[in-house]
This record gives sequence, C-alpha cells and structure tokens, in this order.
Amino acid sequence: MNELNININKKIKILEYVVYLNQNLIKYIKKIEILKSKKSINLILKDAKFLEPTIFFLKKHSKNQFELLSDIFSIDLLSNMNFYRFQVLYSLLSLRFNIRINLIINVHEYQKINSIFYIFKNASWFEREIWDMFGIFFFNHNDLRRILSDYGFEGFPLRKDFPLSGFFEIRYDDKKKRIVYEVIETSQEFRLFEFKSPWESSLNIY
Amino acid sequence: MNNLLTLKSKKNNLQIIKNFTMNFGPQHPAAHGVLRLILALDGEIVKKAEPHIGLLHRGTEKLIEYKTFFQALPYFDRLDYVSMMVQEHAYSLAVENLLNLNISKRASFIRVIFSEITRILNHLLAITTHALDVGALTPFLWGFEEREKLMEFYERVSGARMHASYIRPGGVSQDIPMGLLKDIYLFCIRFYERLFEIESLLTNNRIWKQRLIDVGKVSALDALNWGFSGPMLRGSGVNWDLRKDQSYEVYNLFDFNIIVGKNGDCYDRYLIRIEEMRESLKIILQAINLIPDFDYIKENDRKFVAPSRLQMKNSMESIIHHFKFFSENYNVPKGETYVFVEAPKGEFGVFLKSDGSNKPYRCRIKAPGFVHLQALDFMSQGHMVADVVTIIGTQDIVFGEVDR
Repeated sequence: MNELNININKKIKILEYVVYLNQNLIKYIKKIEILKSKKSINLILKDAKFLEPTIFFLKKHSKNQFELLSDIFSIDLLSNMNFYRFQVLYSLLSLRFNIRINLIINVHEYQKINSIFYIFKNASWFEREIWDMFGIFFFNHNDLRRILSDYGFEGFPLRKDFPLSGFFEIRYDDKKKRIVYEVIETSQEFRLFEFKSPWESSLNIY
Repeated sequence: MNNLLTLKSKKNNLQIIKNFTMNFGPQHPAAHGVLRLILALDGEIVKKAEPHIGLLHRGTEKLIEYKTFFQALPYFDRLDYVSMMVQEHAYSLAVENLLNLNISKRASFIRVIFSEITRILNHLLAITTHALDVGALTPFLWGFEEREKLMEFYERVSGARMHASYIRPGGVSQDIPMGLLKDIYLFCIRFYERLFEIESLLTNNRIWKQRLIDVGKVSALDALNWGFSGPMLRGSGVNWDLRKDQSYEVYNLFDFNIIVGKNGDCYDRYLIRIEEMRESLKIILQAINLIPDFDYIKENDRKFVAPSRLQMKNSMESIIHHFKFFSENYNVPKGETYVFVEAPKGEFGVFLKSDGSNKPYRCRIKAPGFVHLQALDFMSQGHMVADVVTIIGTQDIVFGEVDR
C-alpha cells in the first residue's frame, strides 16, 4: 500500500515537471513525452539551433539541474525517407531530481550542429564519435577529428548506406614489410535474409 | 638526450619551450590493452595527455544492425570482457522493455546474483592489475586465484568461463545446477578473508599510499562535468548508484550501502572498489536466502525463448518453435528504449530502436570507460609520467568497451 502511494506521487511530480518544462521552453519544443519507465522524458526540439539555449537552461537552472551528460548519439533514418536524415539524441541526467531527459533534434545531411563541449566537457568525444560514424559536422568544436576509425579512413561507417564489409581490407605485406590497404574482394555476394513471413507470429499479440 | 627544443623569438627575447612529446605506445603493458597515448612532457611532468583510441574497434553497433535480436546478445559479452553478464543484462532489459516481457522472480534473483558476482570479478581485476601497474605483484596472483573460482561459477551455470550469454531476453538460459547456491555461499563466506588479505597488502602499504594519495584528484563538480559514473563518480563524493536510485530487477529488496569517497583521489577509488565488493557479497548472501525455489527461469511464451531440449524431444510444436526461433527469431514491435544499468565500471547503457522487424534498427552502446578515458588528459595534467599509469589503472579502462 505504501509503495503504491509513493508511485503515484512520483507520477504527479513528473507530470508537474513536464508542464513546467512546456511552459518555459514552449518556443523550442515540438513534442514532449513521458517514457514508460516514468523517470525519463523525451524532448523533441523544433530546430537544431535551439539546442544550446535549451541545454544551458536544463543544466544551469536550479529547477532542472541536469548536471551530467551521459550520452550523445545519432540515428540514421535513411529508410524512412524523411527530410531530416539524422536524429541526434542527447541524454541528460539530473542527479538531484532523478530524472533523465532525452533531448532529440532532427538534422538533415549537410546541416551543422553547434557543439556543446563548452557546456559539458565530455561532449567533445561524443561529438567526435558522431562525426566519425555519421559525418554530422559540429560547429565550433575545438578538436573535430575522427576517433574510433583508422587514421586516414574514408566514409562514415554507421550510415545505413555504408556496406557492412566496408571498402578496404588491411593485410601485412611480407615483401614490402608494411601494412597494405586493398580493395575488398569477396568470393560471394553479401546476402541479407529478409524474414517477412505471412504469418507474422509475434506482432499480432500486441 | 636533450630533446627539449629552445627557440628564441627575435622580437622580445622570450624563450619558447616546446614540450617533449612521448608515445606511450599501444603495446605497453600498463596501457591495459591498446591505448596509444601522446604525452607532452616538461621534464617529467605531464603537460598534456592525448589518448588515441579505436585500435580495438570492431564495429559492434554496425554488426548488431545486421543480426537478429537474439544473435546480437553475445556481442555484449565481448564489449567489456571482464564484466560480461552485466552487459548482457542491460541488453536483455532493453529487449524486454520493447517486448513488454515480465520475467519471473527466480530469474530476476539469478540475474542479480550473477551481476554481483560479475562486479566482484571486475573489481578484483581492476584493483589487482592496478596494483601490478604500480608495482605490487602479489595481490594480482591472489586476486586471480579468486577470479578463477568465480569464473567456475560462470562455467557451471552456462558452460563458458567468460563469454557466458547466460542472461537472455525473457530470463536466463538455464536454471542453476544443484548445489551451486551452496557453493556460492561458501565462496562468499571465505571471500571476506581473502579481501582482508588483499587489503593487508595494500591499504596501509606505504608505497601504495604514496603512489595513490592525491594522485588524479577530481572534485565533485569536475566529475559531473566530465560525465563520470560508477566508482569514479562516487570517489568524488557524489552519492549516486543506479542500483538504488533507479532500481531495476529486484535490487530494491536488498539492504546494501552505497560507498562514497571523500577526497576524489585514486586511493579513495581503490577503497571504494574494495568496499563495493563487500557490499556485493552482502547482496549475494541476501539473494541466496530470498531466492524462490520453484519458479520458471524463462518467459513461458515460446515465441520469445527457445524451448528446452527435453520439450523438443516430446513435442512437434517445440521443434517448430525451435526452428523458427533460431532462424527467423522474433519480431519486435516498433519503438525505442534506453536502458541503463550500474555496470562495475559505471553507467552502462543500451539504446535499442526497432522498426518492427527481427533486427534492431539501431543499437547504441554507452560505455562508461569511453567517458572516463576522455578525462585522462584533465586528470593527469601536472603529474609525473609514472602517475599516468596510476590514473589509467584507477579509471579501470578496458578497451573492449571503449572502442566497441
């Protein structure tokens, strides 16, 4: 019985908080939703240019205090045929109020995003990773180099149009006494099995 | 050996000294794997440490997009290869979230027991290799003896010593064998003594203290700003543990403490790891007492978990399900979820987006080590070269998860 009461209170709290957010950020927010876990909120912004003020507000304002940036990552929405190709998600955590916010912005392929490394120091590597993997450019970033891929790598591997096998393979050449890059050769074409069965077992349940 | 370049600028007679750069190569044993560090040195003092990572990059996130939800599971063992089951756990929780699966109490308890065993496994490696880097060999030998016993528990339950794939969406792969809980209990009782032994070598050791105290100091504000989590955050005095604050599974049933440091230096983080092992033992002992005896260990829906061998021998239906499960796997309804668990190294997160097919549309893995390594530059500035090794050790870096 006691547990139940606490849960209800928490629900009301998060609802109040969402209303408060909506009032304060009404110019910037396109959509706001409470997630199933009740402790996180999805906040979709109207435009990428509203990112900095929103994050600054969420970090510094005493009613928010999202002091910890736990993640930045991107999703390639190529197959959806959207105008916006990428979705970039900033996951912020408020230790004080025990809430997570997923701040989502939509960007198209050649759009730049302002870097937030001066607000959160650890944003730097996350942004480098996104640049490396998706090719989204971060404006005002102090050190925007590739991070995970090889020195001199070309292409953006986590994009949906990048093949799983890549384009080059590396081997050690015994005669040249160094590593050589060669165009990848596969004896068999890459096969991807689509299982679109007419029975569609599990989807009908829900 | 005078590599310092002194240049004289003509305008104002100022001497500009260019720092000596040193390559802390990818094959250094103290680099915990394949870390390439470019150190800018002034004498023996580190001015800048620039990590080059990605030498162990295997493209896990890309590969998972081409695998079914079930096939993606073993990749999580291979991320942080010293805390395997916790990562499986995170992935399983994410898939269960998408599928709206509720797992049984017994499976939940087994998961907690093995998560905590994994925590001990990881902290033993972290502390003892840290000691090895700093110069103490004996704790390493003793700690690995204990790790061997813990990995035996892994083996008894799943058949594999490290890459278990034991915790699966919908429960765990098999029930625990007879007598395992008793052996885990016996291990826990004895392990308290082993911890005291390891502590007797390190905690009051003068050399160990000299090397660790006041090295790599991080204030609470800095720790938050750099996005730390786990023992790194708690070492700086921030009371935050996902097991308590955003409780998942059955962690809210257990009585355990969150260990919080005071000074935010390497020594505090070492003490936290030692104490966390004690808390883990506490949780395991409680879980052994509370675990329900007769309960399913898997979701009963055969669409989501593979039937057992015995069922396959007896029913045609099970054979069909078995075939469909391992060829097509299940389709996961559209949606996205972001799940965080308290891995031994910190906050480990799995984001899954499903487009309604049997493969994840996008899987994002948030590794704590990636964030911690980023702060290496800030933590090692002004310290000696030898302290860089201490700081890498205290960060508990494993390249499987940093490079993914």
